[in-house]
Amino acid sequence: MARKISIKQAVNEALDQEMARDPAVICMGEDIVGGTGAGGEADAWGGVLGVTKGLYAKYGDRLMDTPLSESAYIGAAIGAAACGMRPVAELMFIDFMGVCFDQIYNQAAKFRYMFGGKAETPVVIRAMVGAGFRAAAQHSQMLTPLFTHIPGLKVVCPSTPYDTKGLLIQSIRDNDPVIFCEHKALYGIEGEVPEASYTIPLSEANIVREGKHCSIVTYGLMVHRSLEAAATLAKEGIEVDIVDLRSLSPLDLDTVLDSVTKTGRLVCVDEASPRCNIATDISAQVAMQAFSALKAQIEMVTPPHTPVPFSPTLEDLYIPSAAQIAAAVRKTIKGGQA
Amino acid sequence: MIITPIIMPKWGLSMKQGTVVSWLVDVGASINVGKPIMEVETDKIASDVEAPDPGLLRRKIANPGDVFPVKALLGVMAGPEVTDAQIDDFIASYVTPVDADDAEDGAAEQAWQWVEIDAIRVRYARRGNAQDGKLPVLFIHGFGGDLDNWLFNIDAVGAQNPVIALDLPAHGQSSLTLAGTTLADLARFIAKFLDALEVPRAHLVGHSMGGAIAARLALDAPARVASLSLIGSAGLGREINAGYLAGYVAANSRRDLKPVVEQLFADASLVSRQMLDDLLKYKRLDGVSAALTELAAGLFPGGQQGELPVPSLAAGGIPLLVIWGKEDRIIPASHAALAPKSVKDAKVAVLPGAGHMVQMEKAGEVNTLLKAHVG
Amino acid sequence: MTNPFPLSKDDLLKCYRTMRTIREFEERLHVDFSRGDIPGFVHLYAGEEAAATGIMKHLNSGDRIASTHRGHGHCISKGVDVVAMMKEIYGKKGGTGNGKGGSMHIADLSMGMMGANGILGAGAPLVCGAALAAKFRNKGEVAISFVGDGASNQGTFLESLNLAAVWNLPALFVVENNGYAESTARDYATAVDSYVDRAAGFGMPGITVDGTDFFAVYEAAGEIIQRAREGGGPSLLECKMVRFYGHFEGDAQTYRATGELDDIRANHDCLKKFGVQVTAAGVISAAELQAIDQQVLAVIEDAVQQAKAAPLPTLADLTTDVYISY
Repeated sequence: MARKISIKQAVNEALDQEMARDPAVICMGEDIVGGTGAGGEADAWGGVLGVTKGLYAKYGDRLMDTPLSESAYIGAAIGAAACGMRPVAELMFIDFMGVCFDQIYNQAAKFRYMFGGKAETPVVIRAMVGAGFRAAAQHSQMLTPLFTHIPGLKVVCPSTPYDTKGLLIQSIRDNDPVIFCEHKALYGIEGEVPEASYTIPLSEANIVREGKHCSIVTYGLMVHRSLEAAATLAKEGIEVDIVDLRSLSPLDLDTVLDSVTKTGRLVCVDEASPRCNIATDISAQVAMQAFSALKAQIEMVTPPHTPVPFSPTLEDLYIPSAAQIAAAVRKTIKGGQA
Repeated sequence: MIITPIIMPKWGLSMKQGTVVSWLVDVGASINVGKPIMEVETDKIASDVEAPDPGLLRRKIANPGDVFPVKALLGVMAGPEVTDAQIDDFIASYVTPVDADDAEDGAAEQAWQWVEIDAIRVRYARRGNAQDGKLPVLFIHGFGGDLDNWLFNIDAVGAQNPVIALDLPAHGQSSLTLAGTTLADLARFIAKFLDALEVPRAHLVGHSMGGAIAARLALDAPARVASLSLIGSAGLGREINAGYLAGYVAANSRRDLKPVVEQLFADASLVSRQMLDDLLKYKRLDGVSAALTELAAGLFPGGQQGELPVPSLAAGGIPLLVIWGKEDRIIPASHAALAPKSVKDAKVAVLPGAGHMVQMEKAGEVNTLLKAHVG
Repeated sequence: MTNPFPLSKDDLLKCYRTMRTIREFEERLHVDFSRGDIPGFVHLYAGEEAAATGIMKHLNSGDRIASTHRGHGHCISKGVDVVAMMKEIYGKKGGTGNGKGGSMHIADLSMGMMGANGILGAGAPLVCGAALAAKFRNKGEVAISFVGDGASNQGTFLESLNLAAVWNLPALFVVENNGYAESTARDYATAVDSYVDRAAGFGMPGITVDGTDFFAVYEAAGEIIQRAREGGGPSLLECKMVRFYGHFEGDAQTYRATGELDDIRANHDCLKKFGVQVTAAGVISAAELQAIDQQVLAVIEDAVQQAKAAPLPTLADLTTDVYISY
């Protein structure tokens, strides 16, 4: 139990255990095996960052390298899902969804509704999200709001190895299409993960720290930045509640409202661009449903409304920092009727 | 000159630090062994720190709200003959010992041991030493529980007797395989577990379902059982909270689980986020729900207790201690009256202000009773 | 009299009934739409019946198809219930999608019909997936993507040809070339003259047939479907055909040459051709065909009446069927 593994290993283990459990689970994506058809090593890469390494040796042709044709293979995953398979397609970088978005939002998301509840599309689309890799504007985005906006899709973005494994297994077993967002800056972080299979429901936010003065609602990498901020604030006597949404669709608004009702203050932290993002959504819903509980204005911490810059100096300024989060919390306390 | 330090306790293997909630006695107060001195809170649970020895409370070091590592000095007890200067010296020279479990990565894992019985890997913990040839005490948890249910008990009892606590099959971190769904199956499994540990005879302490298992073993293999301590035990009367059982098996989210688990305690505020998270980590494992469903169907058919071994315990026979939380909402405290009074040393204690998890809520009193009983 | 055709008389009658059902279904929609009975967009398949029918005659319910915005013919020939289709087009409960999909989203997964599709070319990747699933099931099933000549220029279609070839999928791609991408001529919008050449570019066989000749379609489709069932991989079939009506209902078709529509109706009507072929061979009499025509009219009338009488969806229906669990 005390075994610690990384998020990268947690993804691999979840895929491994589900492929072992259910022959309908197949995986496809660019270089998820690596080296298919080439003269060298089979299973050369196991994904660009090695996340799926080793699975080909166990499951052979149930893992498929694809041509660089996101529309075709994401669509194929969706089509296979509608025909009884449980495909896990890797989109590599979520930024690439621009070339296959139709298959996701017009096809997978809408089958069930358009077909009067008679379709099941149990597909998982895994993709790396987030900034911090010096990967510039087309490989660094946090596009979670785009998918969260679409009825028919579920959107998951874990922050710990434990959550990653349980949520990915749940996503694979889930009968609706799931966009599973893996923050590339978190792949290396380690945490305790049971060896056995387990699931975490997609409908439950996690409370990662308890405090009475202010609620921070966030997900992904920003959970870790918020924890850093909380440690700083604790030294000042400010205790924050941190809600890790984990699943953005469905959204566990009850946990958010419970927290805000307790603390009376809300800071939403989102790595996505500031307009129409998860932070604005949470802010609006809290303002609407728990206005009387608020003792201060709601604060949001997001990047600026710009593409993700390349220069490390600029990128570090772009990503919301623990200091910005702590400052926002202080602002709710100083600016409110504390 | 005897100076007794009051230190931050270590409740369970994962505890690293605790927060002082309040002092329950004033400086200068005379204290008996086992008297609650202060309340401490961890991320899992809050409980009382009890006096290790009798004496006067001479100094409070920790203030409410302070966080201290395990074994840090919180206060000082000493007799009136000890001077303030001597106490100052004691405090100045006190060094918080390094927590052995913290010493290296994986130490917590070593604190647990594993044994395989009938292809079921069983986790267990040992505490205390085999001093004066005292028989070991085996703690058996209840339905859906694990060895951490004895968080506040095994170290205290371990100070007197060697202690063993296990995770039953399909519970805690033991394999998710049932060893049968009858009390006889489970009692047989406990006997094999004792064989594997080369323990021919032990004092059995059972909570809830674990009590019924212990009683069954006492009937089936009396030579192996030195004494029985049944806490909030099954196996006395028919009634059991079927809604709790179904709710516990079904709950898969914190929101669903919280009201269920709160039924276990007289003081629902003891149910912390961490406690729920730990339970969910267990309950969400593949196979747990199915195993618990099957076990509940075997032991509690139709929402009632099926087998009632306790009233069959022989007159004379094995010494019996029955402990109940007066506000038990899972198995009613009225069942305590069903304990056979003719059994040797039969003693019944119904503790007010405690629910089904009386060994946690009233750990000090329970520990005192247990130590006296297994003495 | 010997039967010169590759199908029994019974089967020929069934195919004729299917084609006639499609024709009357579409003719009736044309009339009812112009009367304002039908909401939204409707794209009619009239004139193209031989292609859908000739191909689908080779398929079983385990074989899957993905259709286009002009999907009624594919649905009917794949066995989707015409009453449920009509109800769907009228936006009623009891429709294939309980009124939530409409004409462009008729589907019946139990019949292997994966949906008409409002996004041009979107069915091709889905068919790759259906074919992949078939390959894993290993029961000799195939999947067919239909596209118009317009959507044959979509990246999704071209990527799918490549993927199907790379993975050697039991997938077939049928280009229904009716000469127009909406109002834009095929010859203007598509760089190659022949889809056979395009297929060659993806390393797969390509065949071009007269899509108004049922028997030509039936024969060509049979060959490539069999090949796919046996593990021979994907093929492309171009059916040259005609569209009796506009891109959508309400299209005045002013882009057509003078006399073009009259010529289509007079000389390229696949139903007329079929009738002539089977009666000239003496296999089926004109009276037998006319009897079917009358029966089909009654079936369509009944479907329309049922659709009109069917209940409307309610507020409660608005928010169901988005997720299986949420």
